[in-house]
Amino acid sequence: MTEDRRVFDYLLRLADSDLVLAQRLGEWVGHGPVLEEDIALTNVGLDLLGQARLWFAYAGEVEARFAEAGRSEDALAFLRDSGEFRNLLLVEQPNGNYADTMARQFYFDVWHQLLLVKLAHSRDPRIAEIAVKAEKEVVYHAERSADWIIRLGDGTDESHARIQAAIDDLWMYTGEMFDPDEIDTPLAEEGIGCDLRALEPAWREAVGSVLDEATLTLPGGTWMQRGGKKGVHTEHLGHMLATMQWLPRTYRGAEW
Amino acid sequence: MYAQMVDTGANKLRALEDMGPEERAFQERVDADVKIEPKDWMPEAYRKTLIRQISQHAHSEIVGMLPEGNWITRAPSLKRKAILMAKVQDEAGHGLYLYAAAETLGVSRDQLVADLHAGKAKYSSIFNYPTLTWADIGAIGWLVDGAAIMNQIPLCRCSFGPYSRAMIRVCKEESFHQRQGFDIMMTLCRGSAEQKAMAQDALNRWWWPSLMMFGPPDAVSNDELRQRFVDQTVPQADYLGITMPDPELKWNAERGHYDFGPIDWDELYNVVKGNGPCNRDRLQTRVKAWEEGAWVREAALAYAEKRAARAQKAA
Ligand SMILES: [Fe+2]
Ligand SMILES: [Fe+2]
Repeated sequence: MTEDRRVFDYLLRLADSDLVLAQRLGEWVGHGPVLEEDIALTNVGLDLLGQARLWFAYAGEVEARFAEAGRSEDALAFLRDSGEFRNLLLVEQPNGNYADTMARQFYFDVWHQLLLVKLAHSRDPRIAEIAVKAEKEVVYHAERSADWIIRLGDGTDESHARIQAAIDDLWMYTGEMFDPDEIDTPLAEEGIGCDLRALEPAWREAVGSVLDEATLTLPGGTWMQRGGKKGVHTEHLGHMLATMQWLPRTYRGAEW
Repeated sequence: MYAQMVDTGANKLRALEDMGPEERAFQERVDADVKIEPKDWMPEAYRKTLIRQISQHAHSEIVGMLPEGNWITRAPSLKRKAILMAKVQDEAGHGLYLYAAAETLGVSRDQLVADLHAGKAKYSSIFNYPTLTWADIGAIGWLVDGAAIMNQIPLCRCSFGPYSRAMIRVCKEESFHQRQGFDIMMTLCRGSAEQKAMAQDALNRWWWPSLMMFGPPDAVSNDELRQRFVDQTVPQADYLGITMPDPELKWNAERGHYDFGPIDWDELYNVVKGNGPCNRDRLQTRVKAWEEGAWVREAALAYAEKRAARAQKAA
């Protein structure tokens, strides 16, 4: 695989996780537990959507270096099938109840921030530039989701039980965040990507200390699901894409 | 949404000298265009009317998130998705500052929301119509936000300070929404035959309900605003190359206005009564979100109390 192809695939991973999570958060709009949460969730969704668009734009440019033409953000978002999506399995998991949504967000935000801090020093100046901008937003996401974990964990008996169940349920989707493959490793070595394994101790520590404060228990399970980066997804992604992609696929070539 | 200028509740027919000193001071301030603030004395009828109107307006913003939110997951481009999410978020923000304005009058947001959920409070009937295609998102921005602006501009001068200030902010954002909606319509009308048909179909369904947003013809101001809206909107439809679903619509050079056909008020009253296509769904959706969120709100409250108790213990 050439360097450009690797970078292209890498950018899709970043873009797809952002897009898929933004799409999930979009499902909450109008249905949040309180008006302020509707607004806050939409903020996070809008940030992630904006970041996805930056990664897609650059991915299209990189693609043009090895393919006949680079695809547009919309071609990449709406005209790839689930097997071509490179997002983490974690972010495609359904919204569930508010605890499920917050646990998913929390696991992702902590990782996302650690990743972006590293990518801010990427040798690829475009990756570094986008990461710097994105990290500023994600700091706030991570603070917010940690706050909610603590509130729900140390709130009522009911909220404690719900958030612990969500934390446990989603645990098996966290492993692939730290699991480098033949794309991650060379890019990390070249200083373009980052060493995913090195993120794990910091992530565990950050997650553990928030769970502690929340009076919650860090799950002990060791079996981890993987496949997102290779396009092997859970059943949920197909349904999401069917909804998301339906219009542009029905009216091929139309401008909106 | 459908909103009228606030009646001051003071009987204007009474001469100032017949009023008590508080009422007189109130009336003089209103007459002199000085804003009434929450701490000022005000007639009970004025307070009640304001609470009803501001909360009805707030509910409309919140219920109005639903028909548009219906298309966030299906928006046909990333740019449109971002614009739509931001728009629906704006509406939530409008709801938030309108509830805050109502709360300055001594009611709680929870109480107002409970009234909505119990069917005791109204919201704008326009949101009881369904959004069936993507073009509906364009038509809502163009027509519904457009009509809302026209209805709301007079409210920026409302005598009650918090409402007036909230409306100034709201109106600014609504005009963005209108432009974005028109832009969707323009893109569709310049697109394929199918897209243009989608735009025409949306106009067909939203035109008459939009005209009804100005309220029944029992107030002169309703009809004046409605005429202004028609006069402003018809040339825009011409520009788009789509037509209003009204065979009687034509320019009247003598009046200097467009004439338009009769409005089916029975339809509006029927929707107000609860028989619109989406009345039941909209309310059920709001109630469901509220009920399913109860444990989250309780948790936040319980945590805040625990924290405060711990801080007190530590001090
Ligand atoms: Fe609004
Ligand atoms: Fe609006």
